[in-house]
Amino acid sequence: MKLVKTIAASAVLASMGLTGATAGTLQDVQKKGFVQCGVSQGTPGFSNPDASGNWAGFDVDVCRAVAAAIFGDANKVKYTPLSSKERFTALQSGEVDMLSRTTTWTLVRDTALGLNFAGVNYYDGQGFLVRKDLGVKTAMELGGASVCVAIGTTTELNMADFFRKHKLKYNPVVFEKADEVLAAYEGGRCDVYTTDRSSIAAQRTKLKNPKDHMVLPETISKEPLGPVVRHGDDQWLDLVKWSLYAMIDAEENNVTSKNVDSLKATSTDPKIRRLLGMEGDMGKNLGVSPDWAYNIIKQVGNYGESYEKYMGTKTPLGLARGNNALWENGGLQYGMPIR
Amino acid sequence: MANDTTPQAVTVARPAKPPIWNDPVYRSLFFQAVVLALFFYLAWFLVSNTQHNLEKQGIASGFGFLNTTAGFSIGEHLISYTEEDTYGRVFWVGLINTAYVSGIGIVLATILGFSIGIARLSPNWLVARLATVYIETLRNIPLLLQIFFWYFAMLRPLPSPRHSVTFFDSFFLNNRGLAYPKAIPESAFDVVIGLFIFGIIAAIGISRWAKKRQDATGQQFPVFWSALGLILAVSVIAYFVLGSPLGFEYPVLKGFNYTGGLTMSPEFVALLLALTMYTAAFIAEIVRSGINGVSYGQTEAALSVGLNRGMVLRLVIIPQAMRIIMPPLTSQYLNLTKNSSLAAAIAYPDLVLVFAGTTLMQTGQAVEIIIMVMACYLFFSLFISAIMNWYNRRIMLVER
Repeated sequence: MKLVKTIAASAVLASMGLTGATAGTLQDVQKKGFVQCGVSQGTPGFSNPDASGNWAGFDVDVCRAVAAAIFGDANKVKYTPLSSKERFTALQSGEVDMLSRTTTWTLVRDTALGLNFAGVNYYDGQGFLVRKDLGVKTAMELGGASVCVAIGTTTELNMADFFRKHKLKYNPVVFEKADEVLAAYEGGRCDVYTTDRSSIAAQRTKLKNPKDHMVLPETISKEPLGPVVRHGDDQWLDLVKWSLYAMIDAEENNVTSKNVDSLKATSTDPKIRRLLGMEGDMGKNLGVSPDWAYNIIKQVGNYGESYEKYMGTKTPLGLARGNNALWENGGLQYGMPIR
Repeated sequence: MANDTTPQAVTVARPAKPPIWNDPVYRSLFFQAVVLALFFYLAWFLVSNTQHNLEKQGIASGFGFLNTTAGFSIGEHLISYTEEDTYGRVFWVGLINTAYVSGIGIVLATILGFSIGIARLSPNWLVARLATVYIETLRNIPLLLQIFFWYFAMLRPLPSPRHSVTFFDSFFLNNRGLAYPKAIPESAFDVVIGLFIFGIIAAIGISRWAKKRQDATGQQFPVFWSALGLILAVSVIAYFVLGSPLGFEYPVLKGFNYTGGLTMSPEFVALLLALTMYTAAFIAEIVRSGINGVSYGQTEAALSVGLNRGMVLRLVIIPQAMRIIMPPLTSQYLNLTKNSSLAAAIAYPDLVLVFAGTTLMQTGQAVEIIIMVMACYLFFSLFISAIMNWYNRRIMLVER
């Protein structure tokens, strides 16, 4: 009888605990004391661990910005490297709080997968990398080629669309990890390596002889890459979204990590005063402290600084701003008004 | 007085029937009912909790995705498949690929495993030692590493298509695979096929008749050679008489690779080799234990009757050893089938890679897809077990 009572009682308690209302992600993160950030398994420029295992990159900076907004300390982030296969399941199940992992914003992901995209931090497109000695000048000559690609990406689907549209035959070779894809391409198993152009630039630095390879001129798709959070948590979505916009707005207003302190002390520009928290309730509305944007800019930098540090023309990736310049300079990055 | 030993009517008072809550029968029924109820409650709870959470997060659920266009291409498929086919078709393509590599793997592993197991017991010192080295090495290296070894170490160094190794101008070996001619049967080839099948049936008939004749009169009949003649010689003669009714489509180098003909991809070959050699090592040990399990008296008796070692093994030992070999052999077949899911590591498009990999990523419906894949492997395993159990029951020794 005693055994039966114990089993029944524990079942009732377990069911209560499991179906209890979940608190919002912001409250969970504040209680935990850090943001759990899903990143790639090593894409130079976007999220790559350095020799001592510290993660750094353009995508990593988005997570650090969110941490700076919540805690005032951009280092309160823990990183989970995820392959393209596991990334969505990890986010859906709550294993990570947000993804910052060169993820393309598509309709199916926004709806059927139960995810929300918090903006676009990189406007990209898909390209092809081939060996120079193949003598191929354009993607239209790729009929019959073997193409190496990573599993579960929009790359796989876009590639199928492109070849179908131009009635070319091809042979896909699909691996799980980005490193395996690159190794197969380098070893000669496939003729072509395809992924987003920014990732091509990044992975190309890992090849033994980057000069032997060339990127074909065609961009066969749109790939707007951005941070991702779960459905059903508007406050967390707003926070991640506006952390990204704060970085863009800072660049629009020429606020950098170097001059933010002096601007905070002396600026009379109402836009900058609202951004840095001297006027208005922006922080309170987001559920964080008033100097949320100040912390972001001081510790992570504005959008342009982050871009130039990890992917700009002075880095091995050598990517010009292109579509990612500010809208005033002919690009697509447009910060929503912080007011 | 005489001994009072007459049996007296003894009335044994029946014990009073206990109340229901002390009656052991009712108590055990009650507890079983409670445990069963708790189990069903747990199952219902898991399902409804999952559904509730999926709805709350807006993740699509249900099996409707099986009718949606897939949109991606698969490297090798035994049934026809294009990007415009549905996810349901992707499921079948993956399933057939898995069944294909598992089926061939099981056959090859059995042949290789039996050979090595018997070699391990050979009185020839060198043969036995070589078999031991094979078994000990391959049993103790993880299968994934063996797959990587075959794929990266053996198949990568092959030349690129433009510099292929050529055999007879029809077989081209390069790092995209082995391109070989495709046989296109013309109409007259049906006659050859018909004769081949007729030959097999006739061979079975002859072996049955020969066995009956041997039981009755003791005379032997050369069953093997006559069967071979019936099956092969007749078919081959018919083939040439009918004017070689088999067209060939030869692979031709065009652009990047060989088109036309058929190609065996390096992924398939690496997976098959690794699975076969790994499982064969285990089967070899099972065979050895089975043979050792037959008492040595059988061998002595057979040898004393005048049979040579080969006949002893074939006619006396192995039939008895099969009783011991069958159950662990079934397990090894199941292991091979499940291990084929490691194909995901080297881009062979089996069920796990195309369905539980790409499709899961594109639709996000992890729960439904994983349930389907698990059900598939369960079905494969139960199917193999059923066949092996049927065979096991047939050869079981009935104890008197």
